[in-house]
Amino acid sequence: MAIRIVLAGEGGQGVQVVANILAESANAEGKEVIYIPNFGVEQRGGVSIAFVQIDDKRIGSPKFPKADIVVALSNRAVNRTLQYVDERTTFIYDDSLVAAAEIDERAMGIQAVEADPRSQRTTELIDESKVKDQVQLPDNAANIIGIPANDIAKNELHPRVFNIIILGTLLKATAVVPLDRIKEAIEAKLGAKFDKNPALRDLNYKALDKGMSLVERLV
Amino acid sequence: MSEKPVKGERRVFMTGNEVCAWAALAAEADIMYGYPITPQTDIMQYWTRLAPKYGRKFLQTEDEISAGFTTVGGVIAGKRAFSATTGPGNTLFQEPMSMAEMMRIPTVVIIPQRGGPSTATVIYSQQEVTMTTYGGNGEGFRIVYSTAGHQDLYDYTIKAFNTAWKYRFPTFVLGDGYQAKMREPLTIYDPAERGIKMVKTEPLVGLPGTPGIHRPAQYLRNTYNTEEELYDVVMEIARDYEKAASEIIEWQDFDTDAEMDVLILAHGVVSRSAQGALPLLKDEGIRAGHFRPVTLRPMPEEQMRRAAAKAKRILVVESAYGQFLKLVKQSLYGMDKPIDTLLRPGAGVTAEEIVDRIKEGR
Amino acid sequence: MTREEIALAPNMPKCWNAETKPHKFCPGCGHGLALKMLGEAIDELGIQDKVVFGCDIGCSLLSWDFFNLDSVQTHHGRTTPVITGIKRARPEIIGIAYMGDGGGYAIGAQHLVNSATRNEKVTAILINNTNYGMTGGQMAPTTLPGQKTETTPYGRDPEETGYPTLGPEMVAAIAREGAYVARGSIANLRQLKKYLKKAIQNQIDGNGFSFVEVMSSCPTNWRTNAENTWNFVEKDMAEYFHVGEFKVPGQKEEK
Repeated sequence: MAIRIVLAGEGGQGVQVVANILAESANAEGKEVIYIPNFGVEQRGGVSIAFVQIDDKRIGSPKFPKADIVVALSNRAVNRTLQYVDERTTFIYDDSLVAAAEIDERAMGIQAVEADPRSQRTTELIDESKVKDQVQLPDNAANIIGIPANDIAKNELHPRVFNIIILGTLLKATAVVPLDRIKEAIEAKLGAKFDKNPALRDLNYKALDKGMSLVERLV
Repeated sequence: MSEKPVKGERRVFMTGNEVCAWAALAAEADIMYGYPITPQTDIMQYWTRLAPKYGRKFLQTEDEISAGFTTVGGVIAGKRAFSATTGPGNTLFQEPMSMAEMMRIPTVVIIPQRGGPSTATVIYSQQEVTMTTYGGNGEGFRIVYSTAGHQDLYDYTIKAFNTAWKYRFPTFVLGDGYQAKMREPLTIYDPAERGIKMVKTEPLVGLPGTPGIHRPAQYLRNTYNTEEELYDVVMEIARDYEKAASEIIEWQDFDTDAEMDVLILAHGVVSRSAQGALPLLKDEGIRAGHFRPVTLRPMPEEQMRRAAAKAKRILVVESAYGQFLKLVKQSLYGMDKPIDTLLRPGAGVTAEEIVDRIKEGR
Repeated sequence: MTREEIALAPNMPKCWNAETKPHKFCPGCGHGLALKMLGEAIDELGIQDKVVFGCDIGCSLLSWDFFNLDSVQTHHGRTTPVITGIKRARPEIIGIAYMGDGGGYAIGAQHLVNSATRNEKVTAILINNTNYGMTGGQMAPTTLPGQKTETTPYGRDPEETGYPTLGPEMVAAIAREGAYVARGSIANLRQLKKYLKKAIQNQIDGNGFSFVEVMSSCPTNWRTNAENTWNFVEKDMAEYFHVGEFKVPGQKEEK
């Protein structure tokens, strides 16, 4: 079965690392994979996007119009990835970062607001500078899931394992790659560091578990 | 020669640009000349990291004109020399490549096409088809392989060196930005273990012995004095090219044996979308086939005509505004077949879009 | 040889190709003299079996079958990169790039500049005759102020078209140590040969880029008789373009 994933965030959030580990693990699993790190010049100062397709048979076009899973890790990333969402898409976003649109005329009629648990909270006066940062979540997705990955990383684990939480979430959601494969890929990348500091290994695997606990299998 | 860069067979997962660097190493390329331009630059970056380990060389030139002419120089000196460029860089390459065409210099150039015209995008397109097949002030005496993915990039980069040196025409591996930047699995291998023998290179200058004493001097020309002289030279190149064409052409066809409602013509990475569209069309009750020329120069014309003859209509799909279409029309000249198009300059095409286009055309 | 034959035998460098002589340059053209000095330099260095000679488009092209040397015609301005490509691929070859002022200072200026900055181990020889000869006498980068050409019929106006390029001065300024840079003249052939020899020896020694500009004549396009031709080379040109060595490896630079 083919799975098409779009993963987007700010530079430095580790979007490409996550996509890379997922893609490499799927490849190691013998799957057909296409991973495109970025379309365009966005690698400089823009939103970092990763496009991953995983399939049992040879994959056609590297480009795809709509994704099965979109993961957006910043406000800009949400805006940038709306185009890949349709009624079959599960849209996962980090709700510890994303301020959903206010309930006012600007946002009236947007289904997504109701799907966003935090929408109830945002009743402050509108600050124009914040409005720019506000996002509209998609109104056509099959599923919209907010995960507080950033908060968890910051409060429970360590800010640097934020991307591993996301990896766990994706792993669980897609279920295309067994956990062991992912661990092999993580070991291949970070094993040397882990050996020097075994606490890091624990921390990363905890983050992976935590990420997996945030969602159910979706595909 | 130091040890072989690729031994046996290995499944790998890498970007197309890295694939090209490994392929050039495996093909025993001696030297790369180049100038950075996205999305080609990584080929140089991988090459500069790998090449010294295997005794191969690199020169970063001042521009693509120089990259092309130094490549020509490297080949004249008898080395398996290559370069890579794209977009505006490919434009500048047309000058040295016309020299290579005239003087039968077997250069190899890898072109991951980017958007055009002008600077456009660094992303992707199929807009360098006209330029790569027929560019420069020449007659298109070139060999152009249009690749559809990483296995192609590996296979045809190796093959390009052999085709170039066997037939002595400038040879191009025409990829695109998607293939350059994306990662997908492929098998890399030592060509020798698959029975692929690299065609021996030979110098055109700097031969052994003193010219004029032990042997005549080599005089390599591209300038002629009279119409008749030039005519004879060009016609000889044309004859050689025509003769070699049937040995060089490559193509793939999919579901073209039976009668078709529509034959999709596409090349390069767009061919993958066309292949993906076939089962979807079948589900819709549309009898569709697909023909993919692997060589755009020379074009497998007869094979394309044979497939076209069995279809009611033709659909040409490309990420350009009719560059491949022009080659198709030239190939199918005289056939009474309606041609529909899905032309998306500088933008990718998905299988779904092809299906939609065909349904809309009914 | 009989006495008459000796008397008649032209005094040709050994590495010249006798079959293509007499050569095709116009009467009074300086190319023949420069190529004679180059031929003698190659003979004296004993490197006929090692040289690859590249010639530019323009009058320089007429030298393509001039020598019994492996030779390659290139495109206008592109001789330096072709020879560079050959040299990089086969360092044992002695690469000589022969061009005019258009090829070196205009259309191929970026190649000259960058080969010099990279210190490519090739020898570039540039004939400066203050105009584009092959195309019928248009302004060149080296055309003198006030000089009439087909595209400056009222004389070159530096306000409009700048001053003549001082090539060796420029190359000396950008080339690294190890480079050899000189300007000679067909008015002093012994000196010119010395410069050419040093420029080739410098490549053989693997020191770096070598560049010699040769002040030369073009009576056909200058429309000058013999006397005025020599006056132009020896006086008018020499006033603007100074003969000498601008960079010599191992030698302290004169300021």
